[in-house]
Amino acid sequence: MAGKTLYDKLWDEHVVRQEEDGTTLIYIDRHLLHEVTSPQAFEGLRLAGRKPWRVDANLATPDHNVPTTELKGGPETIEDPISRIQVLTLDKNAQEFGILEFKMGDPRQGIVHVVGPEEGATLPGMTVVCGDSHTSTHGALGCLAHGIGTSEVEHVLATQCLIQKKMKNMLIKVDGQLQPGVGPKDVILYIIRNIGTAGGTGYAIEFGGQVFRDMSIEGRMTVCNMAIEAGARAGMVAVDEKTIEYVKGRPFAPTGELWEKAVAHWQTLHSDPDAEFDVVIEFDGSQIEPQVSWGTSPEMVIDISGGIPDPDQESDPVKASSMRRALEYMGLKAGMKATEMPVDYVFIGSCTNSRIEDLRAAAEVVKGRKVSDRVEQALVVPGSGLVKRQAEAEGLDEVFKAAGFEWRNPGCSMCLAMNADRLPPQKHCASTSNRNFEGRQGAGGRTHLVSPQMAAAAAIAGHFVDVREYL
Amino acid sequence: MEKFARLTALVAPLDRANVDTDAIIPKQFLKSIQRTGFGPYLFDEWRYLDVGQPGQDCSNRPVNPEFVLNQPRYQGARILLARENFGCGSSREHAPWALKDYGFDVIIAPSFAEIFFNNCFKNGILPVVLPDETVDQLFREVAEQEGYMLTVDLAAQTLTKPNGEVIAFEVDPFRRHCLLEGLDDIGLTLQHADEIRAYEARRKQEAPWLFVHLKEVAEKYNQV
Ligand code: SF4
Repeated sequence: MAGKTLYDKLWDEHVVRQEEDGTTLIYIDRHLLHEVTSPQAFEGLRLAGRKPWRVDANLATPDHNVPTTELKGGPETIEDPISRIQVLTLDKNAQEFGILEFKMGDPRQGIVHVVGPEEGATLPGMTVVCGDSHTSTHGALGCLAHGIGTSEVEHVLATQCLIQKKMKNMLIKVDGQLQPGVGPKDVILYIIRNIGTAGGTGYAIEFGGQVFRDMSIEGRMTVCNMAIEAGARAGMVAVDEKTIEYVKGRPFAPTGELWEKAVAHWQTLHSDPDAEFDVVIEFDGSQIEPQVSWGTSPEMVIDISGGIPDPDQESDPVKASSMRRALEYMGLKAGMKATEMPVDYVFIGSCTNSRIEDLRAAAEVVKGRKVSDRVEQALVVPGSGLVKRQAEAEGLDEVFKAAGFEWRNPGCSMCLAMNADRLPPQKHCASTSNRNFEGRQGAGGRTHLVSPQMAAAAAIAGHFVDVREYL
Repeated sequence: MEKFARLTALVAPLDRANVDTDAIIPKQFLKSIQRTGFGPYLFDEWRYLDVGQPGQDCSNRPVNPEFVLNQPRYQGARILLARENFGCGSSREHAPWALKDYGFDVIIAPSFAEIFFNNCFKNGILPVVLPDETVDQLFREVAEQEGYMLTVDLAAQTLTKPNGEVIAFEVDPFRRHCLLEGLDDIGLTLQHADEIRAYEARRKQEAPWLFVHLKEVAEKYNQV
């Protein structure tokens, strides 16, 4: 019998019962909640007179709607009435059902996918779900983590289980060594550009190979975060010494004897050497350049040394027409060089790239330089209160402010502009977030996905530029 | 949930690939804390010429006459014909809520994004996956023939064209059963409560660190 993949192992450990047709009840170890996708789930519980199955497995924090400017007080001070209601509703629900919540103003509050690992609330080997598609982020710790819809949020609250069918196994192997100036974000954008936004549909993706072994845990989070942009609900990386080192000492991580026992188990969380994947895709990491998206889908990505492709050269008519629509929306022309694309706004933040390493990488580029006059606004939004605190302790806030960046409070912010941070129509934004769909950062706004280093360099230059020239 | 009955209804074509959930229901509408009332804002950015706000009365908004759902011939459609990777992007369940509230009971496409696909079943929408060529053919027929209707029979797993031609489709038997019977997932799962408890008891032995009480630990942590 062939060995098991990491996904097989995680899956098998969590099966509560399985029907003959493969429909399976899997147990959920950790459930994360935020204010946008949970109100209707709590409402459903209440209407049905149900109680949460295991209150202690849930962790809530508001992130999508929280203001990132100086807080005037609690959620009751949020200006937008609807944002205010959502945050207040989360507070009320957490209180009523007895769920732990890191509220607005708590230093532990932040983007749920930054907070979970940071607190040790997500641990290797867990099943982790959240009503948010970027839950795949947590797979970086060797978890089975994926997004769920609001009905499923209610289902997990009520039963601590999910009804699932097993996905197929995909291995994306990137070997070799990355060039200086090329980071985790470039790797994942490069992968999506090659396999397409539906390339991973139906699969759980394991990221393997030298590049991911060498990568820090935070870097792996950036990669797993965007598994969903490649169509896969779950992305994951095998546990290694780095994973264990990362988890050690976090507030919810085990200690003492339990720690030893946990580590012994975590060390088994990797694919067996003879495991069989349904699909294996390999890339050479040394060939990857800094990447930048030009269009309105995360697969519309080019090398920074490249140019915008010509829809007339595209043989697939459906693709060609999406490209034409994207060019029109973005106000760009086929054949234009990546470095000719203008930058009006810069956003460094989001659950993809708002951790301390991201901020350090960006600050290194920014240090001693000034944001271009062309750039109307440049924001740095740390992923959590603790990231912010750490960055300030290292003086990164001063580096950013001296260069002309605004230093904000934690939240999702301009990643999707549910709070007051919005990209105006037709403005181009160098953004470290994960989605460049039409209107994502604000109606009519034009998003270009890049790494934190590339966003920093673009801020300085006023157009996209190869960050390697700034190192 | 209501039982999914056999239906014969008008088909509206949405000829774009990779329609994401941001397009289906733009994010400003996510701010609602209810499940209903999203229909008027379905495809808001494409459907109207202005930018919609939650709670807004849509009857006086400038509509985009170019957008397919605004064409008189597609009014009352309950079946949406779509292209590949429909429903990609954010996991918001507001997308199927909006589609359902607008009146769509069936969506036909060559492929769907997974989370969206799941969410459809949970909200009484049947997503039907058909081969590319079949979908192409349907797009052609819908364009050619005004008032084009399909009969969807979930029990038989068939679509029937106006000319009587029958297209068979696959659907997961469990999901089919739930849709046909209008079953609520939570109730079904709670029938297995004993098994869930037995699983938990076993896991508490094997992997006790998975059962830390978050709230208690957080409170302790706060004191030190
Ligand atoms: S940062 Fe952006 S992608 Fe991440 S959870 Fe918030 S809104 Fe979603």
